[in-house]
Amino acid sequence: MLPRVLSLGVRRGRFTRRPGRGGFSLDWEEKLSEIKKKIQSALPGTSLLPLYDSSHLPPDHADVVIIGGGVLGLSAAYWLKKLEKQRGALRVLVVERDLTYSQASSALSLGGIHQQFSLPENIQLSLFSASFLRNINEHLAVVDAPPLDLQFNPLGYLWLASEKDAAAMENNVKMQRQEGAKVCLMSPDQLRNKFPWINTEGVALASYGMEDEGWFDPWCLLQGLRRKVQSMGVVFCQGEVTRFVSSSSRMMTQNKKEVKLKRIYEVHVKMDNSLEYQPVECSIVINAAGAWSAQVAALAGIGKGPPDTLQGTKLPVEPRKRYVYVWHCPQGPGLESPLVADTSGTYFRREGLGSNYLGGRSPTEEEEPDPGNLEVDHDFFQDKVWPHLAQRVPAFETLKVQNAWAGYYDYNTFDQNGVVGPHPLVVNMFFATGFSGHGLQQAPGVGRAVAEMIVEGRFQTINLDSFLFSRFYLGEKIQEDIII
Amino acid sequence: MAAPWRSLRLVAPIWNRSTRGIHHLGGAVDPESNQKKRRTMLQYLSDYFYDVESLRGYFLQNEMVKVHQKNRFRDKEWIRPDKYGHFPQEFWNFSEVPVEAVDASDCAINYEGLENLYLLKELQSLSLQRCPHVDDWCLSRLYPLADSLQELSLAGCPRISERGLGCLYHLQNLRWLDISDLPSVSNPGLTQILVEEMLPNCNVVGLNLAEGLKLGPEEQPRDTDRPVPA
Repeated sequence: MLPRVLSLGVRRGRFTRRPGRGGFSLDWEEKLSEIKKKIQSALPGTSLLPLYDSSHLPPDHADVVIIGGGVLGLSAAYWLKKLEKQRGALRVLVVERDLTYSQASSALSLGGIHQQFSLPENIQLSLFSASFLRNINEHLAVVDAPPLDLQFNPLGYLWLASEKDAAAMENNVKMQRQEGAKVCLMSPDQLRNKFPWINTEGVALASYGMEDEGWFDPWCLLQGLRRKVQSMGVVFCQGEVTRFVSSSSRMMTQNKKEVKLKRIYEVHVKMDNSLEYQPVECSIVINAAGAWSAQVAALAGIGKGPPDTLQGTKLPVEPRKRYVYVWHCPQGPGLESPLVADTSGTYFRREGLGSNYLGGRSPTEEEEPDPGNLEVDHDFFQDKVWPHLAQRVPAFETLKVQNAWAGYYDYNTFDQNGVVGPHPLVVNMFFATGFSGHGLQQAPGVGRAVAEMIVEGRFQTINLDSFLFSRFYLGEKIQEDIII
Repeated sequence: MAAPWRSLRLVAPIWNRSTRGIHHLGGAVDPESNQKKRRTMLQYLSDYFYDVESLRGYFLQNEMVKVHQKNRFRDKEWIRPDKYGHFPQEFWNFSEVPVEAVDASDCAINYEGLENLYLLKELQSLSLQRCPHVDDWCLSRLYPLADSLQELSLAGCPRISERGLGCLYHLQNLRWLDISDLPSVSNPGLTQILVEEMLPNCNVVGLNLAEGLKLGPEEQPRDTDRPVPA
């Protein structure tokens, strides 16, 4: 504000008085600047007198800019608006590069939710999200809009463990039960009794989630959040963030070392297919850009510095391509089959009433496909997925692939768990990314955590202190073992 | 606790249609109860929040079980509350008798309320007909009753879909399942077949298999006005 006012050529500030003159003084320059400021606050857009249409541009300033309009970004926007102290106190802007969500992980996700994690915080986040989804029509109700139908399928997850993983699974299940998840352990015999279509060779233990686990329609959640968030007054804009302008200040740590703290005060949002950009003044930036979070973080200077220092620690999130295949198998598992995750990392679930199944497998590090595009590799199914499927469920020896697609994981190469909270050096950039395939199911919880951090200054509902960025520098891994 | 009292007053007028006082139970048969005219002990779960607190006092006693098993399925009357939602005084004398059947038709029972049923270890018959808040999430909460539950009725629940019906697989002792008139189930005929496959020992009742089937081309009614057959 102030630089712009100064640039209009006002030499004197508002508060100077002409000496020797009492009462009302017709200070023309001051009046003009005040009129210009009033017009500027009333009408959005860069130009003082809107000579051209700027309705497609984001507003001039916003309190919180959320980069990324996927489920994590929208959830953060929702909770920010829910937890703001006064109605309309926070002006939130969501910047999304692709409003068709053609490459967004949220839209391409399988939509599963489960509580069988090895980390208590993950379990808590999942439980919170399950109760959010259960009551979604109370949370995301919009006047005169139809209620949301998430198409939730409550059939649970069945994780199979081989001999060497059985002890770890038992410990994890004990911990999951303590946190409140309803999980039961099954021996191979019980498994065969329960699900006769499983071949239990190589399975030592199985854990089956009984409640609050299943899968749902992520697109419905996305649209529901978007509709609600727009009704709460969040501004949406299509654009790409190309630059951060920040101010920095030097501070001394207790050990007398100098540290440069940065504060982003402007975000440049560039429009699609044009060079036009809008500088948005902001006070807080939330990085919820999913698979592309590292690029956004690099724009803010995170990771630019000598390695092994805090300045040089990059955000270790990179896009990883994952395939999902749809096949038809008339003799396959029945209506009751849960999402089965095999010892080999292969997973599948039933889809609908017509004997269709969805599934896939996470490739090993050596087999990682190139994340440059979202082309599907059908040979991967033939060579790497089908053999394991057929071995685990003999009925799958005859199946016919109908369809396939690929999507990105925002894969955290450090420990496959999310990054939540502020960056230690760029003090007003908050992260909500890096969830490596379980972001969708934790989105409501993470969104609330970020909003609490911004509005209250600390995590209140679920303590996500171990998910902060600083763990990358300190080397404290919180490894999540149970990921697909 | 304002909510439970308010809903008590709402539900009471509906009860009066089908409720007979405890004195009239001699020849009365509840029209909505299961088709076989078996009358067993009943707790009307009018308001999960209020009445089910009273169910917490019930414990299993061996001698009562034996007596009960002898008298089961014979002219036992349903116990219903009066129009104010109060159970009659004799009801409290039965506090140690295990609950066998619960008829929660038309109740506002929801996900949290179903948790109260877990204490009823001997529950054999559960009727959730036309409950407006029972949805797929609620069905995933029925598995603790698997050991004893033999009859389940979900007829007319507007929110249950075929996805929730998969959870009924846990109820292996189920002998009678009523899934008629579920408006949210997309393909009732196919769903019934799949549920029958899933629960082979159970008599699945309710869905008319001919629903949704269209007449074949030979059977189309001849429409002489149309030059081209439909």
